[in-house]
Amino acid sequence: MNDSITKSKVTPARILEIRRDFPVLERTIQDKPLAYLDNAASTQMPRQVIETVSAYHSFHHSNVHRGVHQLSQEATDLYEGAREKLRCFVGASSLKEIIFTSGTTDAINLIAHSWGGMNVAKDDVILISNMEHHANIVPWYMLAKRTGAQIQVIPILDDGSLDMNRFSELIQQPNVKAVCVNHVSNALGSVNPVEEVCRMSREKGIRTVIDGAQAIGHFPVDVRSIGADFYAFSGHKMHGPTGIGVLYGRQELLEEMGPYKGGGDMILSVSFDNISWNELPYKFEAGTPPISQAVGLGAAVDYLNGLDRQLLSSYEDELLAYTTRRLMEIPGMQLVGTAAKKVSLNSFVIKGVHPHDIGTILDGEGVAVRTGQHCAEPVMDRFCIPATTRASMAFYNTFEEIDQLTDALLKVTELFDVTD
Amino acid sequence: MLLTNRSKNLYQEVILDHNKSPRNYRAIEFPTHFAKGHNPLCGDKLDVYLIVDGEDVVQDVSFVGDGCAISKASASIMTTIVKGKSVDEAKELFTGFHEMATGKIEPSEDPKLRRLQVFAGVKDLPARVKCATLAWHTLDAALRNKQEISTE
Repeated sequence: MNDSITKSKVTPARILEIRRDFPVLERTIQDKPLAYLDNAASTQMPRQVIETVSAYHSFHHSNVHRGVHQLSQEATDLYEGAREKLRCFVGASSLKEIIFTSGTTDAINLIAHSWGGMNVAKDDVILISNMEHHANIVPWYMLAKRTGAQIQVIPILDDGSLDMNRFSELIQQPNVKAVCVNHVSNALGSVNPVEEVCRMSREKGIRTVIDGAQAIGHFPVDVRSIGADFYAFSGHKMHGPTGIGVLYGRQELLEEMGPYKGGGDMILSVSFDNISWNELPYKFEAGTPPISQAVGLGAAVDYLNGLDRQLLSSYEDELLAYTTRRLMEIPGMQLVGTAAKKVSLNSFVIKGVHPHDIGTILDGEGVAVRTGQHCAEPVMDRFCIPATTRASMAFYNTFEEIDQLTDALLKVTELFDVTD
Repeated sequence: MLLTNRSKNLYQEVILDHNKSPRNYRAIEFPTHFAKGHNPLCGDKLDVYLIVDGEDVVQDVSFVGDGCAISKASASIMTTIVKGKSVDEAKELFTGFHEMATGKIEPSEDPKLRRLQVFAGVKDLPARVKCATLAWHTLDAALRNKQEISTE
């Protein structure tokens, strides 16, 4: 099929071949070729996913788990087939452990509400890292408000890595019930040692909630070798559609938990006196689920499985090293997040230039980056900055696009007369 | 340096100059009017101070705050234009500026907007309109004796 299987390194030709799967990458913006460097916000879909979703709508759509007719059966098979693909993709033991949600945010709300409501009480402690996305902060804050539990923060070091020494002290406290940490920080790019976090927590009987949104698109994830109690991720961060995500939870925990949302499909029988809940995973999937999105996500899994992900992961490491080196040529440059283990993402500030001005000028040069607080205000406070510019790469990005970014940034510093 | 036309239109020399050396960038100790502006979308914060005399004329106006070049230059230029104007004239300018920034009128349609037309380029950048109008919204709030406004 291609050279990358037999060679130990991804060739530029192979990357160009992969790029041809992504129609949007051929676009121009302001008459410049698009350099899409906003993959941490959302990744692009390959035509294999787009065509699968289109075929589903064209030929197979109906509601799932309902009808006896042929189309309903086809839709159900495709939907449940996608669940099996996802189970396999993250190494879960059972289909009962794969809950389709609308995304990572929905998944964490489910855990905080359902597991948290039953297991967290007044004066209990929830540990949250300082580098969490708001999605892994706000649901816990809401739970703490409801129950009187307290939130404590696992600090981050100056390089943007997790303070593991402080973490090991924090979990010595008696009432710690949950540890909420992202696998990869969306604002800093740091890859956290989640295996260690989960192991240390497990030894203390503390539950772990890992936000995998930023990891799932960059490298293979195995929930069992990580040892997470809960692991959440979104489809659109792994080249699938928006509006779909997955909550992996250990079966014994999910069995104990009560439902989160009520409605059709999550019940076995309903009368006005008594309701019995459906079995896993349906107990947590009330109402008509995002069927086409799940089917699209299944196609994204097939697509990723067809690539050599280990090799592409190494390619992304090279891309990161190159980006870091080129960014350091920019006057007034300060990188935010320089941990030893990072995904291909660089957050930065340029002395005297507001990120929104950088973002607008870069857009004029065809370069799409994210500017602002990245839904991680505590990270900005930690580094005493109002906002950053973030260039986040995927396996389809090229060294030439990084040159395009660098040239555009040099125009910014020239315009704003920035000197070192 | 070859920038796209859109960026050149927006980041004109006068905007860059006001960004670098903002005019009337100070707090007024005893203002007659004051308001805090906030754009939660980008975190920009801006305080506007005014001294309005008995004849309803703006004797002094200043601002303090942090934000992007567009919002800073807009605040700076606003203070230089509003000083010496009547409160009614200032409110009219706010309306005119707002309509220009949102593309409802062309700057050439209103001679009073001549010095503000450097900001006309934001109409093509919906995400940046609020950067340009934050100072004016805050001024308007201060003149209406509203102490805090948010552009959301």
